[in-house]
Amino acid sequence: MGYDRYSVFSLLRESLRGHAGWGPAWRDAAPRPAYDVVIVGGGGHGLSTAYYLASQHGITNVAVVERGYIGSGNVGRNTTIIRSNYLLPGNIPFYEHSLKLWEGLEQDINYNAMVSQRGVLNLFHTDAQRDAYARRGNAMRLHGIDAELLDRAAVRRMLPYADFDNARFPIHGGLLQRRGGTVRHDAVAWGYARAADRRGVDVIQHCEVTGITVENGRAVGLQTTRGTIRAKKVGLACAGNSSRVAAMAGLRLPIESHVLQAFVSEGIKPLIDCVVTYGAGHFYISQSDKGGLVFGGDIDGYNSYAWRGNLPTVEDVCEGGMALMPIIGRVRITRSWGGLMDMSMDGSPIIDRTPIEGLYLNCGWCYGGFKATPASGWCFAHLIAQDAPYPVAAALRLDRFATGRLVDEKGVGAQPNLH
Amino acid sequence: MRIPCPHCGERGFQEFAYYGDAGPKRPAHGGDTGEDVWFDYVYLRDNPAGPHEELWYHAAGCRTWLVVTRNTLTHEVAGARPARDVALERSAAP
Repeated sequence: MGYDRYSVFSLLRESLRGHAGWGPAWRDAAPRPAYDVVIVGGGGHGLSTAYYLASQHGITNVAVVERGYIGSGNVGRNTTIIRSNYLLPGNIPFYEHSLKLWEGLEQDINYNAMVSQRGVLNLFHTDAQRDAYARRGNAMRLHGIDAELLDRAAVRRMLPYADFDNARFPIHGGLLQRRGGTVRHDAVAWGYARAADRRGVDVIQHCEVTGITVENGRAVGLQTTRGTIRAKKVGLACAGNSSRVAAMAGLRLPIESHVLQAFVSEGIKPLIDCVVTYGAGHFYISQSDKGGLVFGGDIDGYNSYAWRGNLPTVEDVCEGGMALMPIIGRVRITRSWGGLMDMSMDGSPIIDRTPIEGLYLNCGWCYGGFKATPASGWCFAHLIAQDAPYPVAAALRLDRFATGRLVDEKGVGAQPNLH
Repeated sequence: MRIPCPHCGERGFQEFAYYGDAGPKRPAHGGDTGEDVWFDYVYLRDNPAGPHEELWYHAAGCRTWLVVTRNTLTHEVAGARPARDVALERSAAP
């Protein structure tokens, strides 16, 4: 089967042999009766958790069970943006840890994830917004993260085609994080799956969890559509389905599931060489290497498990795009899709133990889980292996809602559809 | 999605503002209501996949709060009632 390591030599060799010898990137594992750790959810976070359990903590008797196939969930349905431009002390070190892991990811997992640090530019349109972004940039720099406050002229050099003199929302400048950018999302799932598999992790697809076995207050295994699996520890990384899976263990979570839509246009010549976010509405856009404009906006705003959204949100997103850069007005949208977001009550994630011994929880990623993929797995693996939080994720506790130690970037309170 | 408003008839949902799950009942103020009861009310949600009773406000219409029954798996709206009626029913129930 295939190559143990991908390299320029394997690429040359396969180029000359018609690419017939690559082999599968990971085994199609069947569940064994027992593991040390089972991760529920084969998305980016579940796979990276399994990988770091194996690579950082030497725990290789691990399974990842996935209801669908690898890459079928949010890891393959997002707008691929990575950044660490947060404001609050509970969030900044965590997302910066993630960005640092992105920077070394491809060498670490031996997989081309097309990490592209093309810069993330957040535009501002009022004096108050400039102050808010200056404050955010200062908070980042105090944590040793790069941030530059650009004036109007500097933004114009980057985005000559933007509507600077919009009557209602003129562009005054922007906050730029040059180390932010985009990553090929599918490759993240495939790369982590392959790297975990190489270290002995069983990546089990088409295996839906139907129950969590709890004995004497301790999680000891799972019931699945492919039989019972015993586990010393169980980690839940189920994104939009977190509430449903946690309910199998009798837990209620501070989570609502919402639908977020994203869009890709037809391919056009290179136009946007960074990630741009509009400050007067909710709209963010970048251009993929194939040429398609990849963009999105708000969540639809109501509880949903439907994997599709409604047209008023499409209209709202496109209005945001037109207000920012009218140049894209005649580009046709070729695809749009919806994914399930585990919206938490303060807009920040949860990586913590649960009241049930041996059951660990990773959820609440709202619509910003992709950029967190490496750090989420890193910190979740540390928590599962050491039974103690990794320092940069120490604020992301499950009990912070009961104790009032919220991490609320937007300050809108317990209203998940507004985060 | 279209919501059958009892006062205005069936209207597009963009006329409405969404609040969330209509299930949680606000605990009595003061007295010996424990913190855990408030925590439960403010933060914990059943978040079901299927029928869901939820609060919508007809902001661009009659400005009535409604309890809408909607399926979160299909977005199918089964019905809408004034939230006032639902609240009175609930408080009358033992």
